[in-house]
Amino acid sequence: MIIELLTDPLVQRILLVGLLVGITAPVVGTYLVQRRMALLGDGIGHVALAGVAAGWLAGSAAGLAKQDAWAIPGAVIFAVAGAVTIERLRSKGAAADIVMAVLFYGGIASGVLLISLAGGSNANLLGYLFGSISTVTWADVWWTVGMGSVILIIGIGLRSALFSVTHDQEFAQSTGLPVNALNMVVAVLAAVTITVSMRVVGVLLVSALMILPVAIAQQITRSFSRTMRLAMAIGTVLTLTGVWITLFYDLSPGALIVVLGVVLYAAVGLITSLTRLRRTPA
Amino acid sequence: MAAPDLISTDTPAALDAAGVHVSLQGNEILHGVSMQAHAGEVVALLGGNGSGKSTFVRTVVGAIPASGGTISIFGQPADARSRARLGYVPQRISVGGGVSATAGEVVISGLLGSGTASRRGRLGGLLPPRNAKALAKEALREVGVEDLAGRDVSRLSGGQQQRILIARALVRKPDLMILDEPMAGVDLSSQVQFAHTLGHLKAHGVAIVVVLHELGAVARHIDRAVVLDAGCVTYDGPPPKDMGVHALPGHDHDHPHDDQRRDDPTISMEVPGA
Repeated sequence: MIIELLTDPLVQRILLVGLLVGITAPVVGTYLVQRRMALLGDGIGHVALAGVAAGWLAGSAAGLAKQDAWAIPGAVIFAVAGAVTIERLRSKGAAADIVMAVLFYGGIASGVLLISLAGGSNANLLGYLFGSISTVTWADVWWTVGMGSVILIIGIGLRSALFSVTHDQEFAQSTGLPVNALNMVVAVLAAVTITVSMRVVGVLLVSALMILPVAIAQQITRSFSRTMRLAMAIGTVLTLTGVWITLFYDLSPGALIVVLGVVLYAAVGLITSLTRLRRTPA
Repeated sequence: MAAPDLISTDTPAALDAAGVHVSLQGNEILHGVSMQAHAGEVVALLGGNGSGKSTFVRTVVGAIPASGGTISIFGQPADARSRARLGYVPQRISVGGGVSATAGEVVISGLLGSGTASRRGRLGGLLPPRNAKALAKEALREVGVEDLAGRDVSRLSGGQQQRILIARALVRKPDLMILDEPMAGVDLSSQVQFAHTLGHLKAHGVAIVVVLHELGAVARHIDRAVVLDAGCVTYDGPPPKDMGVHALPGHDHDHPHDDQRRDDPTISMEVPGA
């Protein structure tokens, strides 16, 4: 039966997208955790939702046959613009948490407004809110492959420089690194990662896929590069396990992946604190 | 106000700040700060909390823009290129971010950006040089902690963390070192090690500007003291001979032990602004 499943093109597409998202999301997540901006993904995700709705509105205004054909391009544009805005305000010293909160509310509220203007229902947004991996097409797969490669090449290739700016920005500045440009790279990579992963877990949970694997790996590893590598492995195992289980049970893959991640986080936390206790007897 | 003529001034100063003004959120913090540091010279930057020492240092390294005045490094305007010869040790507030990092990884980040010819990274300084690990080990050895290369920096002691930050600056083989409060919260053995490193760098002609609260273990290496008070230079001259915070120029509040020192002419109590 497993062979039968694996030869099904839809299952192949689902697993392929799950694999790519699982590998790429923790790469940017590592930099966000390093900078203590774990919630940035949520802010950008909600802006991306407004982009989905704007793309939808534009699509229906243009009379496209497939109303949501411009939803993903809309999400990319909005997410990148939102990420750049957050980064600019942050570098000017604005309180990052307030900026993110404003984008958070603004994104979701304007998303709902725009979709109702487009003549759609809020039900249309549900697929984007909670993910819709079961409707993934080959075009989606190639888009994920393309964007995922960009994230991996830049996110891993520039690891030393991105580590330097997220670890100690002031020192990075003193070495002559292009700090503002590198900060912008992190923000734009985060936006791209979110629009890529949105398909699997939905905007509401997309940030979890970036942060949870890093939070789990962080409990075990002591070096930045090992944390990133382990987080990528954990992200891959989590997404593949999650989507595999939903092939047999009618569950939301996004929610399942995140719950699996939270359980793993708690389990690893428990094990590491128990082993520490055993090593230091009272 | 003039610097003592201990060091040759034929070549351009390693650091030459002239009339530097800095404003943060509309408040002027530095009101025209001028100071120089030459090759082989150790300049102590002193002053109370809020005097503008850290603001000045952070402006020199490019973390804060100056609103007026000029800063030159070896005769070139301070920018990404001229800062290639600069090694900076920031005030140790938190060494770690949200993710663990090893001492080796932290030191390797010193090899990025615009390095000097022998220490230039690849791809315009975005990638470390191929022998980065060996160079980082060597820098850690210089500060006596080569065995910590693989350890998580956030779990090290204050003194060990400080040594790693110094190694991160040293790995650049800088000609100008700028250190912001390197002795704060540091154990005695690390202070002694720091004094040793300072003496070694000075002997190799490196110019050093070090922000200090008290001269302590490094007093014997200091050639000149510059005192900042409320964003202005109030003293620029030979360092006080006595050690400890009570002997610093500008430190003028009354202590019971003050009487014992008042007759010592080397302790300046008539500093402008004091």
